[in-house]
Amino acid sequence: MVDHEKLVQSIKQIRKLMVVIVLCFVAVASILLYVLIDPTGSTFKSKQSLQEYVKVLEVDEVGFDKIENGIHVRTGLIEAEGLTEVVNNCTNCHSAKLVTQNRMNKEQWIATIRWMQETQNLWNLGNKEEIIVNYLVTNYPSKKKGRREILTNIEWYELKN
Amino acid sequence: MKRRRFMNRAVLGSATTILGTDIVFSSFMPKGYQPLILQDPNPFEMFNKDKGMEVLNDKPWNIEAKAHLLDDKITPNKYMFIRNNGLIPENIDASSWTLTIDGESAKQQKTFTLSELKSNFPQYTYQLTLECGGNGRSEFDPPAKGNQWTVGAVSCATWTGVRLRDVLETVGIKDDAIYIGYHAADVHLSRDPDKESISRGAPIPKALQNETLLAFKMNGEDIPIAHGYPLRLVAGGWPASVSGKWVNRISVRNKIHDGEKMTGTSYRVPCNPIAPGEKVKDEDMCIIESMPVKSLITYPKSGATIKIGNQLNIRGHAWAGELEVSKMEYSIDFGTTWTICPIEKPFNPLAWQHFSAAVDFPKKGYYEVWARATDSKGVSQPMLLPGWNPKGYLNNACHRIAIKVG
Repeated sequence: MVDHEKLVQSIKQIRKLMVVIVLCFVAVASILLYVLIDPTGSTFKSKQSLQEYVKVLEVDEVGFDKIENGIHVRTGLIEAEGLTEVVNNCTNCHSAKLVTQNRMNKEQWIATIRWMQETQNLWNLGNKEEIIVNYLVTNYPSKKKGRREILTNIEWYELKN
Repeated sequence: MKRRRFMNRAVLGSATTILGTDIVFSSFMPKGYQPLILQDPNPFEMFNKDKGMEVLNDKPWNIEAKAHLLDDKITPNKYMFIRNNGLIPENIDASSWTLTIDGESAKQQKTFTLSELKSNFPQYTYQLTLECGGNGRSEFDPPAKGNQWTVGAVSCATWTGVRLRDVLETVGIKDDAIYIGYHAADVHLSRDPDKESISRGAPIPKALQNETLLAFKMNGEDIPIAHGYPLRLVAGGWPASVSGKWVNRISVRNKIHDGEKMTGTSYRVPCNPIAPGEKVKDEDMCIIESMPVKSLITYPKSGATIKIGNQLNIRGHAWAGELEVSKMEYSIDFGTTWTICPIEKPFNPLAWQHFSAAVDFPKKGYYEVWARATDSKGVSQPMLLPGWNPKGYLNNACHRIAIKVG
């Protein structure tokens, strides 16, 4: 019985040894195989593609709605209450530049919204309309120009004959 | 690959949240494709425009020149303004492009390929002035809504094509025809396929005019895409919106064409003069036809400083819609006195005309050189803004440049 137990034990030891040897072999083989397939070891460097995505993510999450000097950089709109509503409702079809280059009073801004709803497929703005109109009238109000303005922003330069 | 796909989804997903709209089929987007809204297109490269041009709007594209960029006698593409009402058509194939003539006053419906147009009809080349009806809108008070054009929405390029008249005569038009209306391939801003961005037109006499072309060349080359490639209706002297780009159909109408931007306040002004800001009934609005007399000092650029005793050479262009410019004057004292200067005859009818002068200044100081053209009916440009209208059209007030004499 003692002999039998010894035998079982040595078989176990041999099996253990075999497993270790096989594992070592597999490990060495894997390393060799890896070096063969990827001699530069690029797997362990951060991937180019990943960097690209990180870059895009930065643009999305930081740059996308970045505000600089009170201006929403992506659209050029003034940062103020109602900006999000204006961006979400007014820049889907046309550029924000169509907003920022115009100056109108409340009645005219509302008339413009109605015209877009009647003819240009603008949706019902619901309770957002008041927020949007207030934003527009506050930040892009009608400006007095008179019958003719003086020349401004003249870039002076020397004209050589 | 799975991680990559996940990142893709995450990126588009977050973009979707921020944009507040769903990017439909975002999972089918090709690898490496950036949705249009995330792109930052460079209009100067895309349209071959000079960097000095001013982008008023990037959706739709609206870009204007500045006075000093328009110095050429024939406007090159790089200085030509872009006024788009919708989105530029995608995937234009000139080899399969067709033009259909139809409408209740056409004797038959007939379709021509572009090559049939080119080979079946005689070709003509004209210099044609195209000015946006809203050029100068930025000066109106109360402000008028729309793109705030200053002075640069005008051009005079060379257009080559066949006469619309020759094509209409081949198809045959009925006696009750009074108007033509164009239809084009541009896409409505809302991308609604049932909506047209713009579909304007002109009365039959204008349509049958010698210089009214179905053009396929601008300045001797294929028309640039932003200006209507491969086929554009060109009707000089009228609001440039009559000159439909990417034209694929022309309807001969027995009534005033009722297409998009033919009604309401679009390209219409009060039939009778009104006070600034006054409301106008729809039936009291009249369609703009010939553009008014106007001129532009294209040299030197505003802001020149010169030495006392030196003459200042100025030059520029003048035009008068359907008419000719018969007199050109300038003033250096805010209109107190005017000096007549030579104006050349137009190269052909509806082409702008060129003027030049050598200006003397009596003493040092700040000056403005004002230019004033008078048309063949004796009508001159106003120094102040002309009649106010709801959309701010037809501002032909005198152009001026600032000069310092030291």
